[in-house]
Amino acid sequence: MAVLLLGEVTDGQLAVDATAKALTAARKLGPVTILCAGAKAADAAAEAAKLEGVEKVLVAEDDSLGHRLAEPTAALIVALAKDYTHIVAPATTDAKNILPRVAALLDVMVISDVSGIVDADTFERPIYAGNAIQTVKSSDPIKVLSIRTSTFDPTGQGGSAPIEKVDVPAATGLSEWVEDKVAASDRPELTSAKIVVSGGRGVGSKENFEMIEKLADKLGAAVGASRAAVDSGYAPNDWQVGQTGKVVAPDLYIAVGISGAIQHLAGMKDSKVIVAINKDEEAPIFQVADYGLVADLFQAVPELIEKL
Amino acid sequence: MKVLVPVKRVIDYNVKVRVRADGSGVDLANVKMSMNPFDEIAVEEAIRLKEKGVADEVVVVSIGVKQAQETLRTALAMGADRAILVVAADDVHQDIEPLAVAKILAKVVEEEKPGLVLCGKQAIDNDMNATGQMLAALLGWAQATFASELKVEGDTALVTREVDGGLQTIKVKLPAVVTVDLRLNEPRYASLPNIMKAKKKPLEEKTAADYGVDVTPRLTVVKTSEPEGRKAGVKVGSVDELIQKLKEEAGVL
Ligand SMILES: Cc1cc2nc3c(=O)[nH]c(=O)nc-3n(C[C@H](O)[C@H](O)[C@H](O)COP(=O)(O)OP(=O)(O)OC[C@H]3O[C@@H](n4cnc5c(N)ncnc54)[C@H](O)[C@@H]3O)c2cc1C
Ligand SMILES: Nc1ncnc2c1ncn2[C@@H]1O[C@H](COP(=O)(O)O)[C@@H](O)[C@H]1O
Repeated sequence: MAVLLLGEVTDGQLAVDATAKALTAARKLGPVTILCAGAKAADAAAEAAKLEGVEKVLVAEDDSLGHRLAEPTAALIVALAKDYTHIVAPATTDAKNILPRVAALLDVMVISDVSGIVDADTFERPIYAGNAIQTVKSSDPIKVLSIRTSTFDPTGQGGSAPIEKVDVPAATGLSEWVEDKVAASDRPELTSAKIVVSGGRGVGSKENFEMIEKLADKLGAAVGASRAAVDSGYAPNDWQVGQTGKVVAPDLYIAVGISGAIQHLAGMKDSKVIVAINKDEEAPIFQVADYGLVADLFQAVPELIEKL
Repeated sequence: MKVLVPVKRVIDYNVKVRVRADGSGVDLANVKMSMNPFDEIAVEEAIRLKEKGVADEVVVVSIGVKQAQETLRTALAMGADRAILVVAADDVHQDIEPLAVAKILAKVVEEEKPGLVLCGKQAIDNDMNATGQMLAALLGWAQATFASELKVEGDTALVTREVDGGLQTIKVKLPAVVTVDLRLNEPRYASLPNIMKAKKKPLEEKTAADYGVDVTPRLTVVKTSEPEGRKAGVKVGSVDELIQKLKEEAGVL
């Protein structure tokens, strides 16, 4: 057994939380090597080497790897694959882009969004927006898995793994990066925040959504949104929580003006404590909320901000 | 340019899925089936490319049971020109894995030679999010996943992608596989006359064996279970009570 874990590297930095959570899952499968790839990845590799229980860190630096494009990153992983029984990554959009490509090139299936490791061949994953949990056993020689980070705690620090450089396959030139539009924010990252405040269609406008952001800032929370709020332009796409957005499991999730469609619940129902504020007492969100407040959000939210 | 759109027949997104008591899967008896919502967006985008004169033909393909014909007819009614059904299972409970689907699609691509394949980003039944990427790998093509904007410019496509940090724009060489996200467009409804017309559009039927693809799953389903339920908690009467409970009872503030 040997595991290759693709570290989440963005612009040369390691996303420590996502990588450390996937590492917890990966360590159940065998000794773990972390791969850090990017135009610059040395700093990320140094960070990865400090994670607990890591055997080795591989660092691959090349301009072609700079913007996490699927084709060169997949080619790199395939070139390394023969030494491993498992190829693992946190289930981020980058990994979901890259891993199926890796799996197909290796002629094996990919197992997406793994939420439980039963043994080295057997995994649990949610299907149907989390309405069912499927346990699957793989017959493939190499298992390619993405890990649902919300269900694993991060491993600690304190390691000092050796770092090794690896060769990067020649670039394919199939795709080319043009630009990133990333909103800079001082708020905690949505998938690792302890508190998340989310707004839905009930919030009504982009201007009103500032109220949700204000409440979040008061609590030191990240901001989330329902699909309806994103589609209506109240919030950017990367705030969407749900089946096809981000999956979060904070200590406290506050849903404001969100009805609680199954697609939304799929992304937040593993939160420790759920609060719902909705003026419709029949809203399905109350079926999963620990504390429900039936109220007009335009009164309740300003009052909350004031009293907290 | 020809555009190929793979469409999957899935349980309608409004249906509350029930897990069978014996753990063998989810209940599909008398359940409303529809086209995977992401695939509707892909079909819509393909039709718009045709309306803009960028594409000249839209071919839809579905792999699965015979009943997937209905899904293909829906796509034809929306405006696709031609459909291919690849029968790969008899039992509606048998899901064809993305790897096998991608292998069959690769054969269809060899025959049809499309300039662009537009897939959904994810099938809402298995939630795998894999087929498009796997197809691109098998063909040695570029891939652009999670598209919220697509512009075809000569022999390249400019694609804006929904990623964790925000939006990323990339340029891919055509032919390529693009998988579509929710914000790309709003799919049209098929009008009654178009539904009638769709009945006469060509729908070719094939089998997985015709393409020589083995669809035996690599993943055996050991069991399917209900997720841990979450009970409704209490209703609080005021903001003050909420704050007090969060502080004293839940200890999260
Ligand atoms: C393929 C697919 C994927 C999807 N993926 C996702 C996903 O990842 N995430 C997601 O969230 N959705 C997703 N959806 C959409 C989902 O089905 C719902 O449409 C969406 O979650 C609804 O958002 P909402 O609750 O904000 O809006 P609504 O359902 O319109 O609810 C608005 C709520 O606000 C309340 N409200 C209104 N005014 C006030 C007020 N003044 N005070 C208090 N309450 C008020 C109303 O009572 C209502 O309950 C997906 C759908 C599909 C088909
Ligand atoms: N059986 C199928 N028939 C046709 N298209 C499919 C099938 N399975 C998956 N696809 C396509 O691949 C996309 C992603 O599916 P998946 O990888 O299963 O999440 C879908 O949105 C479809 O476009």
